[in-house]
Amino acid sequence: MNAETGYNFAYLDEGTKRMIRRAILKAIAIPGYQVPFASREMPMPYGWGTGGVQVTAAILGRSDVLKVIDQGSDDTTNAVSIRAFFARTADVAVTTRTREATVIQTRHRIPEAPLHEAQVLVYQVPIPEPLRFLEPRETETRQLHALAEYGLMHVKLYEDIARHGHIATTYAYPVEVAGRYVMDPSPTPKFDNPKMDDCPALQLFGAGREKRIYAVPPHTRVRSLDFEDHPFRVQTFDRPCALCGADGVYLDEVLLDDAGGRMFVCSDTDHCEERRADGHVGMEAAHA
Amino acid sequence: MLARGFADPVHNAQRVFRAVMDALARPGTIQALATGLAPPAPLTPELAAVALALADADAPLWLDAGLAESPAVAEFLRFHTGARITDDPAEAAFALVSDAAACPTFDAFAQGTPAYPDRSATLVLAVSDLSDREGWHLDGPGIRDSARLAASPLPADMPARLARNHAGFPQGIDLILAAPGRVAALPRSTRVQEG
Repeated sequence: MNAETGYNFAYLDEGTKRMIRRAILKAIAIPGYQVPFASREMPMPYGWGTGGVQVTAAILGRSDVLKVIDQGSDDTTNAVSIRAFFARTADVAVTTRTREATVIQTRHRIPEAPLHEAQVLVYQVPIPEPLRFLEPRETETRQLHALAEYGLMHVKLYEDIARHGHIATTYAYPVEVAGRYVMDPSPTPKFDNPKMDDCPALQLFGAGREKRIYAVPPHTRVRSLDFEDHPFRVQTFDRPCALCGADGVYLDEVLLDDAGGRMFVCSDTDHCEERRADGHVGMEAAHA
Repeated sequence: MLARGFADPVHNAQRVFRAVMDALARPGTIQALATGLAPPAPLTPELAAVALALADADAPLWLDAGLAESPAVAEFLRFHTGARITDDPAEAAFALVSDAAACPTFDAFAQGTPAYPDRSATLVLAVSDLSDREGWHLDGPGIRDSARLAASPLPADMPARLARNHAGFPQGIDLILAAPGRVAALPRSTRVQEG
């Protein structure tokens, strides 16, 4: 019991943690398969990371160091409040440094800095079922996964090509895990999909409203679906980060004024800050 | 008198879970497992720790013949976990096996269904030796390039059983091997070949 808050360590009661822990173990044993779990009401609305928070609460221990990002940023409302929630209910150390964290809860980004073996990446997932918008019935999507029947998904990607000339899906881009299950990587930009493949860290996914947990073990093959003549490609940017000058990172557009002024900066704030601390300077750094 | 459970139930259970989670996520690695338990024989501290960390009223336990013979073992597990102890292996979420060499065949346990492969048993086997430097060759999710694992005592046909279990993926059982102070795991996703 945490004397300050009156809550159990990491908020959830032990029975709930055991239930989530059992689901996590099965999720790891069956990579990419969505394990149903008895998601609880959390002291935050659905859509704010109730699934990720429950997974984090179930795995967190006293010696963990927690980092929380929202679209790559450590300092947006969602990230700040979840970090404060665990600092308060679990009294764990928190950080914004990717390298120092042992548990990283994320909403829609994978950090730019390479993850390592001693880390767990926990994704907040809104809609875990990659086939949901193609087939609304859960009974049917279960059957499709059981039969590994993913033709529908290829038709959807093909229709993109027929309509736009290329695969126009840019986020929540479907992946095949360990050669079996097709999985929704959560609404991360497809830019991050290659980071999921052969990742040294354990990746856990929690969907609170939809009551599903799934996992990608470390060093597991994660392949973005594509076609031989339309291979998977990530977004590219035609300029470096305006603040730190980084190339090959995911950029956010920031409006500067009401006259069309804008700049593109790292979406991963920690990556950008560490680069600037190391002396890297972008084009707009002087104005920022 | 009833042997006591975890000295610090919240944090001990968390540490046991993380050891088991890391073992399952990285098959072939051996994780440290400190329990602080002294359960009635033939229940080993490691089997007891996994049961106390993960079993409860929603996750029934099955005990092998050696454990089922001991009323003290059943009393200890019932008191500390609240889990139902079942005679029917197919009902068990966790099967505790103290005599690993006499481990029943896997098909007695729940394998899950094609739509719900997670509704399957986890077998926890007490072994005396574990090594990641010799023995079987492992590959699959969680394994960088390849890994090795040796455990004893186990039935002679264990590699064949594990091969059949893997062939049924995504259905099948998952195996936790618990030696004194250490734990390793073989999820159904791991391909095991004799060394």
